[in-house]
Amino acid sequence: MSQRVLLTSKEVHIILHRLACQLIENHGDFENTVLIGLQPRGIFVAQRLEKILKEDYGVDGLKLGLLDITFFRDDFRRNPNPLEANKTTIDFIVEDKNVVFIDDVLYTGRSIRAALTAIQSFGRPANVELLTLIDRRFSRHLPIQPNYRGRQVDVINGERVVVCWKENEEEDVVYLINQ
Amino acid sequence: MSELSVSHLLGIKYINEKDIQLIFETADHFKEVIQRPIKKVPSLRDITIANLFFENSTRTRLSFELAEKRLSADVVNFSASSSSVKKGETLIDTVNNILAMKVDMVVMRHPNPGAGVFLSKHINAAIVNAGDGTHEHPTQALLDSYSIRERLGDVAGKKVVIVGDILHSRVALSNIYALKLQGAEVMVCGPKTLIPKYIHELGVKVSHNLREALNWCDVANMLRVQNERMDISYFPSTREYAQQYGVTKDILERLDKEIVIMHPGPINRGVEITTEVADSNQAIILDQVENGVAVRMAVIYLLASKIK
Repeated sequence: MSQRVLLTSKEVHIILHRLACQLIENHGDFENTVLIGLQPRGIFVAQRLEKILKEDYGVDGLKLGLLDITFFRDDFRRNPNPLEANKTTIDFIVEDKNVVFIDDVLYTGRSIRAALTAIQSFGRPANVELLTLIDRRFSRHLPIQPNYRGRQVDVINGERVVVCWKENEEEDVVYLINQ
Repeated sequence: MSELSVSHLLGIKYINEKDIQLIFETADHFKEVIQRPIKKVPSLRDITIANLFFENSTRTRLSFELAEKRLSADVVNFSASSSSVKKGETLIDTVNNILAMKVDMVVMRHPNPGAGVFLSKHINAAIVNAGDGTHEHPTQALLDSYSIRERLGDVAGKKVVIVGDILHSRVALSNIYALKLQGAEVMVCGPKTLIPKYIHELGVKVSHNLREALNWCDVANMLRVQNERMDISYFPSTREYAQQYGVTKDILERLDKEIVIMHPGPINRGVEITTEVADSNQAIILDQVENGVAVRMAVIYLLASKIK
């Protein structure tokens, strides 16, 4: 097994600020926009972006929800490993809101498909956008593309992209792991 | 990654403490799902479940059916009163006929103890026991423990008394197994005629004095007197039973602590508990009903994930 660094801590920092600026460019004061972090790994990107938007760009009243998609996945009973659910915390309805899904790595697109179904339990959004830190090119199973991407990478099938956060791991870093 | 250690839920006797915790953690997620504006997830859309009720039931059947529908399973219902069971068909034949229509899971209530275990040895489908005679009613025990956990934070170390007709109660037996597995202390309380002779071998305390039992416990689970299962008279009169073993507001106020009151339903108001007690803040009877759907969703979801 070998690994190489795709993004360093500094690059992650710069990219998150750029993504925050792009969100502000399109959503202004976020009055009609909600951010939805996808469990389990997307919530770290979402929480970090929320912090940057609040502290560095003075966005008030930002709404952030965490969405678990386990029960909406299409590989129930097909995945050899049992699916483990995480907590959903969305204490607002998304009816007529602009929803921005936030995830760490966009790979096959199946999680996003599940999220599109799952979010309907909380109302009918006006529109849905996708923000992802890493976009794995040429690996999609479904016609899904991000509106905001941190870095686009070409990764072959035997390789895995792992995003580490200093909240859990020691530092912010993105690895490409060859198994 | 965890999964249940069993492929059927035939009784609490057949599962372990880890299974119970997994069911509760999964139920936590489903409890959140059923608070949403749209209370439904598509997980089981390719699963068909047959609810076979060879014995009358209203709330358990409704609860199972809602749980199944909220998981998007296809559901078929069957009740013995309108079936060919009356024409002399055997249990295996009845169930095999239903399975021939490609059913993946069977939720069964049956008047004979062990019916679920028997069926699990002869048919190829996941089985959930929804009550088999006076034997077990595992999902009721799970939702009771889940409700205690929700109200008191934990089941381990809590003192729970089960009051009433222990002899005829499948709820009592499943509750004893479940509570003991989770490290609770259990006492049963009732007239001598309604307490099985060797019940202490299950590791429970026995009392025939309601006030003494209530003073000891943190939670009292009040069972219904099952007149329909009694072929002889076990106590002189309902009035005398209510006087000896009925919980009133007056009795609760005299205790030096506030205990939690549970009841699996249907309540005989004025017999096991008075209306004042049933409607008080100490009673979590309606929480039990609400939790029943989440717990049954968890059980069905976890069993369905093992169907390959």
